[in-house]
Amino acid sequence: MVANDDVNIVVGRGTVHAIVGENGAGKSTLMKILYGMQRPDEGTISIDAKPVSFTSPGDAIQAGVGMMHQHFMLADNFTVLENVVLGSEPTHGVGGVLDFGAARRRIKEISDTYGLNVEPDVLVEELGVGDRQRVEILKVLYRGAKILILDEPTAVLVPQEVDELFDNLRELKGEGLTVLFISHKLDEVLEVADEITVIRRGTTVATVEPDQVTARQLAELMVGSELPTPETRESTVTDEEVLTVDAVSVRSADGRVLLADIAFTIHRGEVLGIAGVEGNGQAELVEAMVGMRPLAGGTIFLGAQDVTHWPTRRRREAGIAYIPGDRQRHALLLDAPLWENRILGHQTEDPNANGPWIDRAGARKDTARIVSQYDVRTPGIDVLASSLSGGNQQKLIVGREMSGDPKVLIAAHPTRGVDVGAQAAIWDHIRDARRAGLAVLLISADLDELIGLSDSLKVILRGRFVADVDPAHVTPEDLGAAMTGAGEVREA
Amino acid sequence: MTRRLDPRRAAIAVAAPALAIAFSLLVTALVLVSTGDPIVSTLEQVWAYGKQPRVIALSINQGVTYYLSALAVAIGFRMNLFNIGVDGQYRLAAFAAAVVGSSFELPKPLHLFVIILVAMLVGAMWAGIAAVLKVTRGVSEVISTIMLNAIATALIAFMLREVKVDVAGSNNIGTKPIGPSGAFPSIPLIPESPLNVYGFIVVAVLAGVAYTVVLGRTRFGFDLRATGRSESAAVASGVDVKRMVLISMLLSGAVAGLVGMPQLLGGDSRSYSLDFPAGLGFTGIAIALLGRNNAIGMAVSALLFSFLDASSIILDINDISKEIVLIMQGTIVLSVVIAYELVRRYSVVADQRRVSRELAEDPPAPREEVNA
Repeated sequence: MVANDDVNIVVGRGTVHAIVGENGAGKSTLMKILYGMQRPDEGTISIDAKPVSFTSPGDAIQAGVGMMHQHFMLADNFTVLENVVLGSEPTHGVGGVLDFGAARRRIKEISDTYGLNVEPDVLVEELGVGDRQRVEILKVLYRGAKILILDEPTAVLVPQEVDELFDNLRELKGEGLTVLFISHKLDEVLEVADEITVIRRGTTVATVEPDQVTARQLAELMVGSELPTPETRESTVTDEEVLTVDAVSVRSADGRVLLADIAFTIHRGEVLGIAGVEGNGQAELVEAMVGMRPLAGGTIFLGAQDVTHWPTRRRREAGIAYIPGDRQRHALLLDAPLWENRILGHQTEDPNANGPWIDRAGARKDTARIVSQYDVRTPGIDVLASSLSGGNQQKLIVGREMSGDPKVLIAAHPTRGVDVGAQAAIWDHIRDARRAGLAVLLISADLDELIGLSDSLKVILRGRFVADVDPAHVTPEDLGAAMTGAGEVREA
Repeated sequence: MTRRLDPRRAAIAVAAPALAIAFSLLVTALVLVSTGDPIVSTLEQVWAYGKQPRVIALSINQGVTYYLSALAVAIGFRMNLFNIGVDGQYRLAAFAAAVVGSSFELPKPLHLFVIILVAMLVGAMWAGIAAVLKVTRGVSEVISTIMLNAIATALIAFMLREVKVDVAGSNNIGTKPIGPSGAFPSIPLIPESPLNVYGFIVVAVLAGVAYTVVLGRTRFGFDLRATGRSESAAVASGVDVKRMVLISMLLSGAVAGLVGMPQLLGGDSRSYSLDFPAGLGFTGIAIALLGRNNAIGMAVSALLFSFLDASSIILDINDISKEIVLIMQGTIVLSVVIAYELVRRYSVVADQRRVSRELAEDPPAPREEVNA
């Protein structure tokens, strides 16, 4: 169905075809070309043996290609129905009066056919992540898509929701639709895909069937070399308290309790992991720790110092490093070159500042160091941050935050959207820093990452810690159950 | 120390305004055709009139005020603040400076210093009202500065009646003229011109240099630009955004306070009268947009605008509506905004392509190094 000069992919109707590759390997570019957001320089795309040429997403939709983006594009204050019809509103002939009746019937019909179980009249803000994703799928199907492109759809889901999504995908496949599935999570790819294409540096290197390969072989195909073996677990936890949080609570502007009675201590050389379904207070916890959100009560101590009322900059200067969960919004100036992004968050620190002045030379030199040490794939430090792929942006951020010997690292999803090779490298950097005495607060949706990196684990649910878990003895399934509040977890 | 000069990027930066000006010439030509006026000879007239030494000096003087106004607007723009209130700020500042300056005599440099200081303080104060409203109550600065413009107009009219003296030889009223010690020396910059250039051009140049250095080279400037590019990222990086809003609005207002000074201290009457130039704040917005908040870009734009203004006088004399120049200026600004956005999108995509191409050609360092 699809052909391209360097990239050759043939996708059969009624199959789930996965595309895997490292950050910057060209997956996103390929998807943009398939969806008409970018024109190919050479090569052709054919659907049902007919060559097609897209100049805009509109053309792609016409041809039956639908794209589901990594980030949900839904208006919270609209109902499911309104969100689905948005942009292609049905009207009653003259006058442009909206015909919601017909739309509602079609949504019902699609929902029933593919087992999506979507209620048209619910407000989107009342829906959970998994439901929202089904709304996104429905939106694409409503526009008549026969080929669905899913860009990292599982990044925000817990294991149970991933299973539901995969059931939906199988349903779609059963009805003769074609699914292109992009993911970094190789075991998921192996579970759901009928065929897997591996892309490396802009070219297809292999197309394999899931029962012929292991996740490890797949990963090695992606990076083109053997993977580093995971380090053996050794405890570096000391008894020196670095970050002590007691009875912290946070309320929203309208008085809703977002965090209640949060208490923990992180020691030198310790990684404390926080597990939880997104939206249960993790973001608020992180923002409270770095001083972006006022506390309703409680204290935060950095070493022996009470930093509860310190502003963000003072906390950062005192040695709190911060890897935000949303890199585009909180960690980068997308329109600025890499070296200016090196300065961000460390405006007052060496090597970026010299009294009231910005030390351009120092910042540039250190940016070059980060680029080489953290394997940021970029032609130089003068390119804009927006031109790097997500994983390379993340590597730059991690490198920046690990600079200047921080005492505490607040890391939210440090490897989200990062390929396996880079993920292993980032984990190594965190482990090295931990061995050197770094205290880490780790928030992640990746349960393997949480279990693999943490010395201790807490589960957060509706703004409260509901369980302590021993990462050495917990399975992702048990942890996932505890996160949804469904099952009992063995207390550590 | 210096940024690597990328000729491709420089070409892109110049392409947008050049295209916009070309497009606006085309629109102007169409308007001229539709009104039955000759295109070529009209432009020739404008050019011939504009290149006289006296008109050039006039253009430069007008350009100085435009430039200061653009600088004031640009300080806000760099932080994503839309200070529409430069207009009210400079008028109120000039009025206050005229009143204060005419009330006493001092040795020349000191007298000038006090007058300019008063103007900057009043400008900053007027902008500060909008800043405080935004920081404490979340009021959009766009709305509040528009309102403050209207209030400034009424306030000046009211106070002018209290302090008025008649302007000699007309039924105009104004403040008492500032004494000779408050006259800013002028410079005979253009040879053969009967008109000297405002000495305030020196202040304008210094302000431009300070603007560039503070924004580009200091921690404060970095915080300000970071806030403008992404407020959320700036907050996460430790910038106190409310404080930055307050400071940058005050700075913008202080520079706005300078806008009326060339006219007040370099003109003949040295008083604030009913016919004191108004609307310079809005011209400043247009020039800041055209000059892309860049000190040099804004200087060129300010001179372009003032040249068009000064040389348009010939059109009226030749029975062609001089509003043709306003159409031209308007089209330039409108098309340059579109052109910049198109160029920005193009260069982001081009950059992404270039990065992926260069990475594909140039394999990264071997993996062993990474995990070492």
